[in-house]
Amino acid sequence: MELLGLYHYWVFAILLMTGFYAVIAKYNLIKKLLGLSIFQSAVFLLYITMGKIEGGTAPILQAYGEGQLFSNPLPQVLILTAIVVGISTMALGLGVVVRIKEEYGTIEEHEIREIDRQ
Amino acid sequence: MSVVFSVFMLTLLVITTFAIVRTRHLFVAVVLTGIFSLLIAAIFFLLDAADVALTEAAIGAGIATVLFLGALALTGEHERGGSRNRLLSLAVVAVIASILIYATFDNPRFGDPQAPVHQHVSPWYLDGTREYIDIPNVVTAVLGSFRGYDTLGEVFVVFTAGIGVLFLFSAQPRRRRSSSQPATGPIEGEGLRHYLIPRVVGRMLIPFILLFGLYVQFHGEYGPGGGFQAGAIFAAAVILYALLEGETRALRALPASVLTGLMAGGALLYSAVGVAGMLLGSHFLDYSVLAADPVVGQQIGIVLIEAGVGITVAGVLISVFHAFAARESV
Repeated sequence: MELLGLYHYWVFAILLMTGFYAVIAKYNLIKKLLGLSIFQSAVFLLYITMGKIEGGTAPILQAYGEGQLFSNPLPQVLILTAIVVGISTMALGLGVVVRIKEEYGTIEEHEIREIDRQ
Repeated sequence: MSVVFSVFMLTLLVITTFAIVRTRHLFVAVVLTGIFSLLIAAIFFLLDAADVALTEAAIGAGIATVLFLGALALTGEHERGGSRNRLLSLAVVAVIASILIYATFDNPRFGDPQAPVHQHVSPWYLDGTREYIDIPNVVTAVLGSFRGYDTLGEVFVVFTAGIGVLFLFSAQPRRRRSSSQPATGPIEGEGLRHYLIPRVVGRMLIPFILLFGLYVQFHGEYGPGGGFQAGAIFAAAVILYALLEGETRALRALPASVLTGLMAGGALLYSAVGVAGMLLGSHFLDYSVLAADPVVGQQIGIVLIEAGVGITVAGVLISVFHAFAARESV
């Protein structure tokens, strides 16, 4: 159990940093947004991992007697809304990228800077 | 058994992530993100977060993929350039990753009931749900009532993002290559009507998706579900209809003005429930006064605000889809 928990945290760290790498190193704006969404998912994974209680179950009270342990509902609430807000802001980001493509004819960052410099 | 499954899923997740970042073909990357979302939804489910898993599966694997593909159709599928300062970036990322991994050894033990995160308000939420609201799903109770302000804020963020996309796309593109491009493939706005199998299968699926959306919406107090998930599922059904039958027919069934109304109407319904609490002599978003019995009042309030959430989310996601789909590529 201990090792499994550590593995969850390590996967969080790897996902976070892979997403971050895509954001800082890639030129393509869509790729950057994909990296951002991976980064975001990594944070979700961390929260949900933190909320887990050993021997617990999903926090739905029906059909369980007294003494049943439940996993922490609070991180789940935060992440549930964060996912929906995440897709909305992602849609906004994609909208900006589409407008950039229409104005500059490219979505590669270095080419956009080149055009800006002229 | 579930340990093996968890490790397997997490490993697949990491592999998928590397593939997304490595591939130059953005179409492949987007489809891989769909797989990524399904994998992480399964992991959320193994971690007892059924509501979150449902949301991630509906949003990440369904709507996000469609939106990204819609954007790709306008911006091009191939990533051209390489990477900037590849070695430096890799070094930075590796250093931060090792710090994060080093820090994990100080994290509370996985699944420890004594971990700090479980000590503060969470036990109170579990007990308080039984006492004040009396619905089985604690997640819905916390989302709708105990932390109703947060959720209202989130709904307005979703609403604002939807307005933002519509606003961005209200500007006309400056440069056009030629307006008389020869039409290749199916006629514009016709969708997949020419393809028999998607049409037949899709038409059969849509009513059931809508029914499932209603179930998720109104069963959210008893099982995993609620407005956020139901809104996404509803939007998925309408988007599927638009893909199969074409933009024009989808917009005839649900005109743009109705969609705008839904976007604003849901958020307004939520706020109106809050104001109703004030008018009946309590605080903003206190549902206890909505009925003679405070517990029943709480339940009525939660059903109403979940409906508001569902309406806004569905309206925003469908409007955003139409905004992307109606855009002509330059």
